[in-house]
Amino acid sequence: MGVFEKVKSIVVDQLGVDEDDVTLETSFEELNADSLDIVELIMALEEEFDLDIPDEEAEKIRTVGDAVKYIKENQ
Amino acid sequence: MLLNESVAIVTGAARGLGRAIALELAAGGAQVVVNYAGSEAKALQVVHEIEAAGGRGMAVQADVSLAGDVDRLVKTAQDACGKVDILVNNAGIARDNLILRMKEGDWDAVLATNLKGVFLCTKAVAKGMLKRRAGVIVNIASVVGISGNAGQANYAAAKAGVIGLTKSVAKELAPRGIRVNAVAPGYILTDMTDILPDEVKNGIAQTIPLGRVGEPRDVAKAVAFLASPDAAYITGQTLCVDGGMEM
Repeated sequence: MGVFEKVKSIVVDQLGVDEDDVTLETSFEELNADSLDIVELIMALEEEFDLDIPDEEAEKIRTVGDAVKYIKENQ
Repeated sequence: MLLNESVAIVTGAARGLGRAIALELAAGGAQVVVNYAGSEAKALQVVHEIEAAGGRGMAVQADVSLAGDVDRLVKTAQDACGKVDILVNNAGIARDNLILRMKEGDWDAVLATNLKGVFLCTKAVAKGMLKRRAGVIVNIASVVGISGNAGQANYAAAKAGVIGLTKSVAKELAPRGIRVNAVAPGYILTDMTDILPDEVKNGIAQTIPLGRVGEPRDVAKAVAFLASPDAAYITGQTLCVDGGMEM
């Protein structure tokens, strides 16, 4: 499974949204994620990809594509 | 038993209120991590008492004012017990003095243990609780955090801070089913209050409507209630356990 597919599956799982609604361009805001949802999502991504995403970097991750890009660059 | 299968961390549990709380939670069926900063022998004694009564416990050293220590405490608990369901932020110190005589170090030390310690421990357990969509945090505040007390500017400020922290974290974590409450003890007989001069002690006892000073057990019972499913619909509250001092 590619990074996007893995991120997509975590987003679907964490935010309880439909798979078809998640594209690279989708922002978490559009998926009605509140601030706590986003913190949890980042935690889940850290675990899945064995990363430690600093808060300053996490704040910049606003879309699914941002997350995929960050993960690819830091893995 | 109400707390069966649950795992609890009680900070500062070697003596006083923490000891009574650890024993009470263990009696309710919880597996208890007895945290201590320096009193190893006394912490091991608490574990021994828990085990002698048929319960399960372990002692873990950590200074709650140090992030590294707190992370190690929580990780040790999670590795040994699989999870943390209940956190009781009890560890506290007092460095009483009139404000004009209070040293900066007295202020910093009390705020570090009594307020920053609560923040660090709460943050460290919250991650696991968020994932499991469950958890209970009980913070030990004090009635002086509500009423103030001459000679305890640092202690009262820290305890008032604990009450504000309790409400804020309760609001943040409520959507995930995590409850956060505070217990505000009044005048309770412990090592911490034993050092007060007799005239101060007698003066306080006379102001207590229920006509007696409290015992650690009185506080422990309230903590055990808030930690249990019986308090499932209670969050963000500060429960005074003070014989009616503050009302």
